[in-house]
Amino acid sequence: MWELIQANRRKSMILFVTMGIALVLLGFLVGSYFIPNGGGFFGIIIALFIWFVLSLISYFSGSSILLSISKAQEVTPEVHQQLFNVVEEMQIAANLPKMPKVYIINEAAPNAFATGIKPENSAITVTAGLLSRLNRDELQGVIAHEMSHIVNRDILLMTFAGIMLGSIVLISEVFLRGLWFSSGTSGRYKSSSSSNSSGQGQMIIMVIAIIFAILAPILAQLLYFAISRKREYLADANGARLTRYPEGLASALEKISSSDLDLKVANKVTAPMYIVNPLKKKGMKLADLTSTHPRTSERIKILRSMSGGANYLNYQEAFSLVKGKGSRIIPPSGLKDNSNIQIKQPSAEQPGIDKVKAKRSLGDIMMTVNKYAFITCACGLKMKVPPDYKQPEIVCPKCGRKNHVPFEDIAAIASAAKGINV
Amino acid sequence: MGFLIVVIILIVFAVLMIVSMYNSLIKLRNQVKNAWSQIDVQLKRRHDLIPNLIETVKGYMTHERETLQNITNARSQAMNATGVADKAKAEGELSGAMSKFFLVVENYPDLKANQNFLALQEELTSTENKISFSRQSYNDQVLFYNNKIQMFPSNILAGMFNFTQEQFFQVEDKADREVPKVSFQ
Repeated sequence: MWELIQANRRKSMILFVTMGIALVLLGFLVGSYFIPNGGGFFGIIIALFIWFVLSLISYFSGSSILLSISKAQEVTPEVHQQLFNVVEEMQIAANLPKMPKVYIINEAAPNAFATGIKPENSAITVTAGLLSRLNRDELQGVIAHEMSHIVNRDILLMTFAGIMLGSIVLISEVFLRGLWFSSGTSGRYKSSSSSNSSGQGQMIIMVIAIIFAILAPILAQLLYFAISRKREYLADANGARLTRYPEGLASALEKISSSDLDLKVANKVTAPMYIVNPLKKKGMKLADLTSTHPRTSERIKILRSMSGGANYLNYQEAFSLVKGKGSRIIPPSGLKDNSNIQIKQPSAEQPGIDKVKAKRSLGDIMMTVNKYAFITCACGLKMKVPPDYKQPEIVCPKCGRKNHVPFEDIAAIASAAKGINV
Repeated sequence: MGFLIVVIILIVFAVLMIVSMYNSLIKLRNQVKNAWSQIDVQLKRRHDLIPNLIETVKGYMTHERETLQNITNARSQAMNATGVADKAKAEGELSGAMSKFFLVVENYPDLKANQNFLALQEELTSTENKISFSRQSYNDQVLFYNNKIQMFPSNILAGMFNFTQEQFFQVEDKADREVPKVSFQ
């Protein structure tokens, strides 16, 4: 486990330097194109400044921005006890020092993601649709996958990569657009001010700058996608190891990918965070090279081919079985993992989740997240009271009994729970 | 003069080595203790939940007095056990009694519809999982610590300052017993 984190740190550094060089080069070329004499350094400074500002923003508020874009709401254990239990189990299994915060997105499409640059202030977010569809073992698989992203520092790596990508795309876009609009005037200015020989040099720089400005974003994006795909495989491997039950994650992935609902709050920027690409209709048609996630069918196949145990070596064996001999995913240090992790039996309880049941529980979960109160009348009718209902009592529409509305109790429990967590 | 300096440097170096080795041993022993307290919290939680469970199911399971009695006995034995090995054995028996009980529950659809029971079942399942996950990390820590105590040169220091080996928390499991034994004949 520790070796994997180290390998990840090394990779972050390499990535950081590679993309940094590309960024500096781009800044230099663009700068010297616009201002022929000494503009290159000015360009570098501007490029680094853009990168620095973006980094600062995402470092200090990264997860809160992402969470609010995704309309995720922080919830207390009363909303979904099982979810909290499973997160705590995985926290223990992964040896994470602090329990991550838990967020729910009130949408029917099943999906999940993890945020937090440091493991100490991380958060795990799931959709209401995920909770209503998955059984306990499957939910555990999903949470283990997300917990692996946190423990492996994947979020840090992907954030840095994303910022670099963003800066490179931004600068080339501005440059290419600027070129389009100002080509006439700047051309005239240059031809009159510079001598013949430096004009030729200017031409060369211009051609290189244009080619680089077109290529750099594409290359950076491909690099970004490749890293993103690899992180998904590694998180699957680690998730299987944490739960000791690869089938749980496999069947969860199957259920998530078989849903044809669109996750409305996801967009191109946040899509790589999710456990399964939420932008299905667009993602499916793209080639493998330009996809942020590996094909889900392949991930499921690998998890299901794991036999003999649930350690990294077993995952690597299953990986080469599915992807062809010689394909590697686990770094060499992880392959020394000879811990005997036997695949465990599925949990005994597991009432089948049929469609009607899933729909009803989805409604219940969404209402609980929205702070509805649930009152069961003596006649057996379950009433759902919206949080803006002000009267202390409510009349049962079926039998006419008056029921006490426990909003104050709920508020008291919620504030008490908050006090404990802080 | 030069000789004296070399000797002093060597002595200082040796002292620093010993101090850092001693500190790392202390750190490892504390990690083992900490991992053990993690398990202990979960074991206590399970002991606290069981009376609630029995109270909830008593009305439904009038014909399963024996199963319930087994759980109660196993619980009180587990609560009285001292020492890692004894605790591990008693807790293993309690886990066995619990899993038998949850198999019997399948025959009582009324009970499985009871919200209170479902909440308790979820808590117990989760506690059971937490025990097994924290057991894993405890055993990892113990292995690391025991290795350090036995290996040269830290074994000398361990002997001098009375660092003793810790016991693994091993639960007798049916699955463990089924592992085929290799014989060299």
